[in-house]
Amino acid sequence: MKTLHVDQFTAGYCPEEAGFTLERYAGEQPRWCKGCGDYAILVALEKLLALKKIPSNQVVCVSGIGCSSRFPYYLKTFGFHGIHGRALPISTGVKLANPKLTVVTVMGDGDCFSIGLGHWMHAVRYNPNLLVLVLDNEIYGLTKQQTSPTTPLGTKTKTTPKGPYIPPLNPLKLIMGATGVSFVAQTATWMPGHVSATLAKGMEHSGLSFIRILQRCPIFSPQAFGQGGKEREGFCFLTHEQGILLEDNLQNMAESLPHDPRDFSAAQALVQQTEDAEKGFTPLGLIFQALNRPSYEEVRFRSISHPSPEEKAELLLDKLKPFEI
Amino acid sequence: MKKLPISQHILEIVSDAGEGAQKAGSIFAQTTAKMGNYLWTVELIPSEIQPPPHTTRSSSGIRIRFGSEPITNGGNLTNLIFVFNEMSLLARLEAHALAEEVIVFIDNQWASDPNPDIVRQYQQILAELSQRGADIYELALSQEVEPFTEDPQKGKNMFVLGVLGFLYQRDIDLLQACAAKAFSHKSAQVLASNRALIQAGYAWGQGQLDFCFSIPLLPHAAPMVTLNGNQALAYGAIAAGFELCSMYPITPASSVAHTLANIFEEFGGMVHQAEDEIAAIGVALGANYAGKPAFTVTSGPGMALKTEFMGLAVITETPLVVVDVQRGGPSTGLPTKIEQGDLLSSLFATPGDAPKVVLAASSIADCFHLMKTARTLAEELRILVILLSDSNLATGMQLFERPAISAISSSPPHAAEMESLPYHWDKLTGVPPRLIPGVSQKVGMTSSLNHSEAGLVRYDSLANEAAHQMRSHKLATLRKCLKPPAVLGEEEGDLLLIGWGSTKGAIAEAVQIARGNGLKVSHLHLVFLNPLPPRLKEIGAGFKKIVVVELNYQDVPGDPYTKDAPRLSQLALLLRSHTLLPIESFARVWGRAFMPQEILTQIEQEILALEAS
Ligand SMILES: Cc1ncc(C[n+]2csc(CCOP(=O)(O)OP(=O)(O)O)c2C)c(N)n1
Ligand code: SF4
Repeated sequence: MKTLHVDQFTAGYCPEEAGFTLERYAGEQPRWCKGCGDYAILVALEKLLALKKIPSNQVVCVSGIGCSSRFPYYLKTFGFHGIHGRALPISTGVKLANPKLTVVTVMGDGDCFSIGLGHWMHAVRYNPNLLVLVLDNEIYGLTKQQTSPTTPLGTKTKTTPKGPYIPPLNPLKLIMGATGVSFVAQTATWMPGHVSATLAKGMEHSGLSFIRILQRCPIFSPQAFGQGGKEREGFCFLTHEQGILLEDNLQNMAESLPHDPRDFSAAQALVQQTEDAEKGFTPLGLIFQALNRPSYEEVRFRSISHPSPEEKAELLLDKLKPFEI
Repeated sequence: MKKLPISQHILEIVSDAGEGAQKAGSIFAQTTAKMGNYLWTVELIPSEIQPPPHTTRSSSGIRIRFGSEPITNGGNLTNLIFVFNEMSLLARLEAHALAEEVIVFIDNQWASDPNPDIVRQYQQILAELSQRGADIYELALSQEVEPFTEDPQKGKNMFVLGVLGFLYQRDIDLLQACAAKAFSHKSAQVLASNRALIQAGYAWGQGQLDFCFSIPLLPHAAPMVTLNGNQALAYGAIAAGFELCSMYPITPASSVAHTLANIFEEFGGMVHQAEDEIAAIGVALGANYAGKPAFTVTSGPGMALKTEFMGLAVITETPLVVVDVQRGGPSTGLPTKIEQGDLLSSLFATPGDAPKVVLAASSIADCFHLMKTARTLAEELRILVILLSDSNLATGMQLFERPAISAISSSPPHAAEMESLPYHWDKLTGVPPRLIPGVSQKVGMTSSLNHSEAGLVRYDSLANEAAHQMRSHKLATLRKCLKPPAVLGEEEGDLLLIGWGSTKGAIAEAVQIARGNGLKVSHLHLVFLNPLPPRLKEIGAGFKKIVVVELNYQDVPGDPYTKDAPRLSQLALLLRSHTLLPIESFARVWGRAFMPQEILTQIEQEILALEAS
């Protein structure tokens, strides 16, 4: 079995149970840089699939283009490495074809918030049942350090050597303003236990579970997120019995703030506060969850019939009757 | 009462947009088809929904060519036109659509309009037409309809339908039945008023006209249906087993989805209107990947947006059908007019080498049947298939034999060997197995990067060359299966005309007339544009000259500025590189189909030039 860094927060987890081993979900040897935050997410997802005992041929991981989008190669499930910004339409198509598949969509911040922003907003509105992970390193990684929509003012990049000219886009505010939003959470790669718990919560949700993962990129944005929380205050765990439960050892890594994720207005107010970059307020946990919003495939499948091939032929000839002469 | 015998006629009904000329025309066409005539209709569509009324730009209508023999194209000049105002007449005159001795029916309310400019204009246009030899019948259309409707704007078309019913001796009961069906969603009051209007129009003809036409009716041997091209694509998609149409609205493609939206769910299908054309093809690709037969339908500007996804379909070898209902380009171009301008972009717009199948419909029957061909090829070869139609086919109505269908299967073929590698290419045919998530036991990676048989990323030269070769082999496999195209006429002679798409009928008609006149001309029609069928070079070698006839741009012949190196039309360019023969072209971007007469004139000129040299 491949050696994997299993962090301290997963005590009690038995990978060998029922043959749903980590190895079963591990694909190629990842080729991300040393220290890249993406590793933590990969491990968290492998563990989650093992824990949920989802047969690997029932899982499809769809991605766009970017460092983050190499994700599907490193999982031993069905994988679809797509094109830049377009992972969400592909994922929606997969769900419309076979709603039973577990679909995980992985994108980078450029992928989702820049070139794919239109698809993102509409996917949120359609609400297909997808686990959507945006690995946000506040920079373009694969293309080597250009500015991203989420690059903070003052961060020098190759296309903005003096730092961006305009303030960054705030994805949380944007998604909380989108019609039909059903699940919004935020987590960070330097807290693998929290990533695991957030992914698990997202996978349980029926509908589009949007999880923004603050992702360390030691190569191109080492300073991001105050060096991964080391040099910055403002990180704050959202606590609530309906939210993401904190393991004991996480609790002293940041402040906590009680927040009811079922309360839409509270969630909107919360993301408003993240706008003030000076304050650096960064909530981690479940920001919003709407229950009972039907998924797009549910809505679409509800209204279709299932005729046999022969019935279809008969029905077609029937429909052509008015055009007969 | 004179009964004038004719074997076919071209009729136009043209009004201001919103006055229902097209509706009246389609009811007339339905009735005509049911009575046993063949037909080909072309809609004349303004680009705006409500253009300024009473202008040439606001004229909207329909052209119906019908007769006793099968009709394969829109024909030559119009024999009879019914217009609601003189500007519509002017529009058709300026479009050079009218025969010199055209019979004109026109509403004469404009002759007494309070605006003296309109009166003058009306008289001028009528004078010009009658000078050309037109036979003009003025009628007080607006007054005639007044007793039957509150809004004459809405009733004139039905009165006109009645007049035409008399003129062409249509079965009045059938005409009434077709009209009632066309308005079945309207209130009883509207239906009653329509009925009365049609009756009144018919009676007007009987009372006021001293002639009518008689066209032999030959009952059809097999059961027939009349559909327009977009309906045929939609019903063809159902017959082919598609279960998802993922699209974004664009003229002239949208009505494929409109037709499906009303009925697709009963067949287990769905129309997904995506946020843009990129997402539309993305959803279709994702669905095909996961085992649901899906297609996307669009027109030029949408094709441009879809190119990156088409490349993805090619490299991932995901079966996918893209239907392009072509319109005039580039860019927004002529949104409602016919052009065959997307041939080369269909073949080559995707960056990198992206082999794909391109085929084109020549008739409404093709629109129906080629959907199945497209799906089968896409799935059997795991390849991207582009099916080209055009805006004339989209809205035109034709008759074809009712298809015989006994079962419609939607389940895709997949790897019998579920344990195979995702890109375990057959070394000869290049076809890889098809693994479907959730169905296949063994998982696999589908990658937009160059990949190995195992689906893993490979950057090395050998692997890249190998993958390209395998994808190219799939086209070769199809080419080896294709029959050489049939030649209309001798396989050798002076002149060979080559065409594709909906120009087929007009070219064939012209060639037949020319052959009847003793000219040594033949016609070759291409359904497959990529791969091209075998034997083209051998067939071409049998002729002194080869001319491609198509509706796209070539540098204007005789233009002194481009004479040194004139740009060729699209199929001519393609065939030159394929056959190395000095192929020329007769290509125009007039925004309308060729008339057989125009092609005939071209044939005669080409042969004269050959004889002179
Ligand atoms: C259509 C298109 N435009 C541009 C690119 C080049 N490109 C590849 S990845 C990328 C951005 C990567 O940044 P991000 O999405 O944040 O992902 P990361 O690499 O940081 O994980 C760009 C611009 C591309 N592949 N396709
Ligand atoms: S460049 Fe950054 S995001 Fe990309 S693999 Fe390296 S560390 Fe990770």
